[in-house]
Amino acid sequence: MEDKFAKTEIHKPENIVYKKSDLMVDRPLSYCPGCGHGTAHRMLMEVLEEMNIQDKTIGVSPVGCSVLAYDFLNIDMLGAAHGRAPALATAIKRLWPDHFVFTYQGDGDLAAIGTAETIHACNRGENITIIFINNGIYGMTGGQMAPTTLPGMRSSTSPYGRDVPTMGHPLKITELVAQLPGVYYVTRQSVHTPNNVRKTKKAMRKAFELQKENRGVCFIEIVSNCNSGWKMTPVQSNKWMEENMFPFYQLGDIKVDGKLIEKKETVE
Amino acid sequence: MGELRLMKGNEAVAEAAIRAGCDGYFGYPITPQSEVMEYLMAEKPFERTGMVVLQAESEVAAINMLYGGAGTGKMVMTSSSSPGISLMQEGISYMAGAELPALIVNIVRGGPGLGTIQPSQADYFQAVKGGGHGDYKMLVLAPASVQEMCDHVKLGFDKAYQYRTPVMILSDGAIGQMMEKVVLFDQIPRRTDAEVIEQCPWASNGRPATRDHNIITSLDLDPAGQERVNLKLQAKYKLMEQNEVLYEEIQCEDAEYLFVAFGLSARICQKAIDLARAKGIKVGLFRPITLFPFPVIEVSNVGNHVKGILVVEMNAGQMIEDVKLSVGCKVKIEHFGRFGGIIPSPDEVVRALEQQIIGG
Repeated sequence: MEDKFAKTEIHKPENIVYKKSDLMVDRPLSYCPGCGHGTAHRMLMEVLEEMNIQDKTIGVSPVGCSVLAYDFLNIDMLGAAHGRAPALATAIKRLWPDHFVFTYQGDGDLAAIGTAETIHACNRGENITIIFINNGIYGMTGGQMAPTTLPGMRSSTSPYGRDVPTMGHPLKITELVAQLPGVYYVTRQSVHTPNNVRKTKKAMRKAFELQKENRGVCFIEIVSNCNSGWKMTPVQSNKWMEENMFPFYQLGDIKVDGKLIEKKETVE
Repeated sequence: MGELRLMKGNEAVAEAAIRAGCDGYFGYPITPQSEVMEYLMAEKPFERTGMVVLQAESEVAAINMLYGGAGTGKMVMTSSSSPGISLMQEGISYMAGAELPALIVNIVRGGPGLGTIQPSQADYFQAVKGGGHGDYKMLVLAPASVQEMCDHVKLGFDKAYQYRTPVMILSDGAIGQMMEKVVLFDQIPRRTDAEVIEQCPWASNGRPATRDHNIITSLDLDPAGQERVNLKLQAKYKLMEQNEVLYEEIQCEDAEYLFVAFGLSARICQKAIDLARAKGIKVGLFRPITLFPFPVIEVSNVGNHVKGILVVEMNAGQMIEDVKLSVGCKVKIEHFGRFGGIIPSPDEVVRALEQQIIGG
């Protein structure tokens, strides 16, 4: 019997309305269902594909949930030691100045153990793109407190909530690096709704276009969920993110064309 | 014959790096090796050959810049001194695991801790036995002159690429700071990007449509896979042990006693040989040039034909363990060392030979 829904039929060019980027390796992602990493990966690969720069792009993955990003992104990549991705990217870009270089890092990687490498790569104005996924928690090691964990937020190492007097304040490293003259474009986005996904992709495109012009660091924070670490369903975690993360980590551009954007008062 | 110059050991390292066609130097200032980066910055290799020189924010950043650069196939190096090299151990372990070629120069100073800025050989264990975590080795070269500081840079890069491994030059503050004449080898052109891509098909430098993506990592979460990685590394180290041993024998033909020493200690022993022989003591010197691979058979061949061996080191007794493992227990083997930045005098060494070996 003829199968009208056979793969070959669906794959006919005239029947395809939307397809996975060819730069995504055909392999199940290691991320939890509902996690934002997969969407962020896909947007990144779509941008490289649309710019047709995949053969000139070198990516650096971190230690954390996205440690295996190189298994999913069909471009040349290096897996860095924890926090050191900006140091790798610095050398790679200096040695291959006509290539596109990006790091993809989580909050523990970028804003705790890798703070020095982040600040100094940004301050030197390296011509790289930094994609920073902030979910306020250490996901891979099982939900420990991160530098970005909100005050009062529970984690496995702050089981009664983050106590600011003893555990310190959450670090807004994105606002911090935006102050540095070597940083040209800073924006904070999310990937939890189709509209936000489109905005994130647009920001990524802008960052890689600016890299072509050697403008300095382009820094994109993506506030994301961690339903496993937050002990919520994916839907609950997105709602919680909107209600709790976004007031503290306000979405939108922070620095454009090398100039800081005036912002409303943020919640402390 | 190449160009003859009077240079510091540290300067010779820097000049040799440019001439070897090195693509990038990444480092952080620390005494007694800061002349390496100072020389490079003054010499403007970015104009001479296109070589990148970058002062990193820390040794941690510098070694990870090496990891990044080496992972793309480029010829990269760093230099530091003991405390800085300790900070680099994590990165070196990652590079060994990811099989990345790079050159690391350690101009050793006395420790432990902040220690002193004076010369020492106390980092032998760290360099030769692993240093960082996991089962790995580096090929370790021990220069004993400014000439060798220069030559070992080129040799180190060659071996780093041949075996895809980090290579260390284990020198010390005296050899780094002292001036000697050196014959410089001629400039070797830096490889073009196309040559790097062709010669390093494993490297991550942009995936053309014609091949799969390359991944540089030391991670394999599957124990069977990680065991395969380890077995591959061990096979590589075995090959180095078979093919890369370097050593020097000085006045060993008629020797009744033997000094075993590397680097600066070997230089001191050469003078001690003259003093001892003037007294009628027939002593020779066995100098390992590669510390890993250690000249196990070679030192045993010489060592088993003498009455006693004095291992002279500027540490509390580190290489002596390898000498004892190599030679066995038929011959008396003693250690003489000064540490904390003290350089032993040739007289002291002869006295130690007389007291610990001949009279002992």
